[in-house]
Amino acid sequence: MSELIQHPALAHHFDSLEQQKEASTLGMWVFLVTEVLFFGGLFATYLIYRNWYPDAFAAASHELDVTLGTINTVVLITSSLTMALAVHAAQLGQRRLLLIFLVATMTLGAVFLGIKSVEYYHKFAEHLIPGPGFQFEKEPVHVRHAQLFFSLYFVMTGLHALHMVIGIGIMLVMWWWSWRGTITAEYYSPIEISGLYWHFVDIVWIFLFPLLYLIGRHA
Amino acid sequence: MASTALLPRRHYLNDGYGVKSWLLTRDHKRIGLLYLAGVTFFFFVGGAFAVLIRLELTTPVGDLVTDETYNKLFTMHGVMMVFFFLIPAIPSVLGNFLVPIMIGAKDLAFPKLNLASWYIYMIGALFTMYAIVTGGLDTGWTFYTPFSTVSSTSNVIPAALGIFITGFSSILTGLNFIVTIHRMRAPGMTWFRLPLFIWSHYATSLIMVLGTPVIAITILLVAAERLFHFGFFDPAVGGDPVLFQHLFWFYSHPAVYIMILPAMGVISELVAAFCRKPVFGYSFVAFASLAIAVLGFLVWGHHMFVAGQSVYAALIFSILSFLVAIPSAVKVFNWTATMYKGSVSWETPMLYAIGFIGLFTIGGLTGLFLASVGLDVHVTDTYFIIAHFHYIMVGGTIMAYLGGLHYWWPKISGRLYNEWLAKFSALVIFLGFNLTFFPQFILGYLGMPRRYHAYPPEFQVLNVLSSAGASILGVGYLIPMAYLMWSLRYGRAAGPNPWGAVGLEWTTTSPPPTENFTETPEVTWDAYDYQSTVDSRQSTFPAES
Repeated sequence: MSELIQHPALAHHFDSLEQQKEASTLGMWVFLVTEVLFFGGLFATYLIYRNWYPDAFAAASHELDVTLGTINTVVLITSSLTMALAVHAAQLGQRRLLLIFLVATMTLGAVFLGIKSVEYYHKFAEHLIPGPGFQFEKEPVHVRHAQLFFSLYFVMTGLHALHMVIGIGIMLVMWWWSWRGTITAEYYSPIEISGLYWHFVDIVWIFLFPLLYLIGRHA
Repeated sequence: MASTALLPRRHYLNDGYGVKSWLLTRDHKRIGLLYLAGVTFFFFVGGAFAVLIRLELTTPVGDLVTDETYNKLFTMHGVMMVFFFLIPAIPSVLGNFLVPIMIGAKDLAFPKLNLASWYIYMIGALFTMYAIVTGGLDTGWTFYTPFSTVSSTSNVIPAALGIFITGFSSILTGLNFIVTIHRMRAPGMTWFRLPLFIWSHYATSLIMVLGTPVIAITILLVAAERLFHFGFFDPAVGGDPVLFQHLFWFYSHPAVYIMILPAMGVISELVAAFCRKPVFGYSFVAFASLAIAVLGFLVWGHHMFVAGQSVYAALIFSILSFLVAIPSAVKVFNWTATMYKGSVSWETPMLYAIGFIGLFTIGGLTGLFLASVGLDVHVTDTYFIIAHFHYIMVGGTIMAYLGGLHYWWPKISGRLYNEWLAKFSALVIFLGFNLTFFPQFILGYLGMPRRYHAYPPEFQVLNVLSSAGASILGVGYLIPMAYLMWSLRYGRAAGPNPWGAVGLEWTTTSPPPTENFTETPEVTWDAYDYQSTVDSRQSTFPAES
C-alpha cells in the first residue's frame, strides 16, 4: 500500500490517492442527487401550476426576454465547454491552459449573472415582482396566476443564480490551487468534481430555459 | 488513581485538551461527542416544553397558560424534539462515533465536512432558539399553510430558516456515511459482513440525502411567501395549500424512518450481543432496512386522508402504508427469533432493547389502524395519533438511543457506569413512558382532539394519569444524565470489551486511539460470529477473560 512515498495531497485517513479520488467523486455525485431533489420540489410545483393555469403561464412567459435568455443559454453552454477543457488540461498537467480555462469559465459565469441581473432589473421596472405591487396590464384576467408564474420564475432562476455564484467561488479556489501548484496530473480530482458541479448547474438552466421562456412560442 | 490504571495511555480523549482541540477537531469520535452535547441540550429544552404541556393538561380548564401560549408550547416541543433531537440523535451521535470504527476505517470519508455539519446544526439551532426566545412559534411543527404564511403572527421566518439550515447538516451526514460505507471498508469487510447497524445507517443516509432537500425547498418557499408575498401555496393567487402538505410530508414521513431505522440498527446490535447469537436472518434484516427506506417514500399521503385528496389516492397510499409493516415486522420477528434459545443476559442495554421491541410493536400496530382510511378519519387529529407516534419516537427511537448509549458508553468514555442505577432508570423510563402515553390512546379513541389547552371534564382522569406518567418519565431521563456524567470521572475502567461482544469496535481499546486501530484490521469473519470469534479473540485480550 505505501511502497510509494506518500503524496502530499493524500489525507491521513485514506490508503491511496485512488481511494481518495473515488471517495470524493462519489461524494459529489451523491451531493448532486441531493440537488436534483432540491430543484425537483420546485419543478414539481411548477408542473402542477402550469397544468392548472396553462394560459396564464403562457401569457406571463411572454413577458420574459427570449433574446437575453438565449444569449445566456449559449454563454452557459460555452462555459461548460471551457470547464471540460479545464479538466482535460488538468489531467495532462498543462498548468497554463488550466489557468486560462478556469478564468474563461469564471468570466462566462459572471457574464451570465450580469445578463440575469439586467433581466431582473427589467422585471422590477415593469412591476412584475410578485406581491402587492404586481401589475399585469396586458392580460388583466391572468393577473393572479401570472403572479404564481413570476414567483416560480424568481425562486427558480434565483436559486440557480445562487448556485452560479457558489460555482464561481469554487472556481476561484480551484484557480488558486492550480496557480499554487496543488493540482497536478496525479492529483486533479478537485478540478474534476468542481466540473461535475458546474455542469450540473448548467443542466438545471437547460431545463429552466424552455420551461420558463419558451411556453407557447411554437405557434 | 488506581481506577485509571487500565485506561490506554493514548486515546482520542487525551489527544489534546484545549477548547480548540474540540471545536476544530476532525476526529469523528469527538464530533460525535459534540453532537451528543448538542442533542442532549435540545432534548431537555424540548422536554421543558413537554413538562408545561402536561402541567396544563392536568386540569380540564385552560388555567396555567393561555390558548395562544399553549399553541406555542406544543409547536416548540415538536420542533425541538423532531428537528434538533430525534433526527440527529442516533445517526449523528452513535453513527458518527461508530460507523468508521465498525467498518475498520480511520475516519469518515470527509472529516472537515463532518465538522461543518455540526456547526451547521448548531447555527440552525441558534436561529430556531432565537425564534423561541423572542416570542415563540405557534404553527405546529408542520408549518401548515396558509396559517404559517398569512395568519400566524409568531416568529415563523427565523424558525423556518433554522430548520432549513439544520437540514443541510443532515444531508452532509448522510452523504458522508454513504461514501464512507462504499469506499472506506477495511480489507475483507464485505457488504454482507457489515454489522446491521451499518446497513440501517446506510438506509437512513439514503433518506437523508433524498428527502431532506425537499423539506429544505418547501420551507424556503414558505419563508419566501411570508417575507416577499410570493404566492406558492396562497389561494389568493391560485396557489394550493394542499400542495404544501404533499411537499412537506414527502420529506416528513420518511423523516420518521430517519428516526426509527438507526434505532433498529442499534437494537440488532444489542440483541445479538446479549443473546450471544448471530442475528436471525441477517440478510432479511439488512434488506428490510432498505425496503423501509424505499417504501417510506411512497406513503406520505396517509397524513392527508382528510385533506381533500382523491379517494383513489387515499386507497393507494393506504395499501402502500400497510406494506411498510412487512419489513418492520420482519425485523421484530427476527429479533425475537434471535432471542429464542439464546443465552440472554439482562444488562441495561438489553432492557432497553426489550423495551424497544415491545413499544415499537404497539406503535407499529397502531400505525396500521391509522393506515386504514376508515379508522383514520375517526381518530385524525386526536390523541390517538399523539400516542401512536410517541410510541414510535419515544418508545422506539429514544429507548434505542439510550440502549445504544449505555451499550457503547464504555467504548466512548472508557469507563463503566453504575449498573444498578442504570437498570433502575431503564425500568422507570419504561413504566413512566407507558403511563404517559397509553392513556392517550384511550383519550384519542374517545375523541379528545390534539392541540387544545382545555378539554371536557370527563377526560380528566386519563389526563392526570398521563401527566403523572410524564413526571416519572422525566425523572427517568434525569437519572442517566447524572450517573453517566459521574462515570466519566469515577467509573471503573471498562477495558476493550466489557460485554464480551464481537464487532470491530470491541477489538480496539476503550476509548479508541484517534486513528481507531493501531493497524488496519483484516476481517475474515461474518458479523455476529459469536460461536468462533469470541473464543479466538478473547485470547487477544487476556485481561478481559
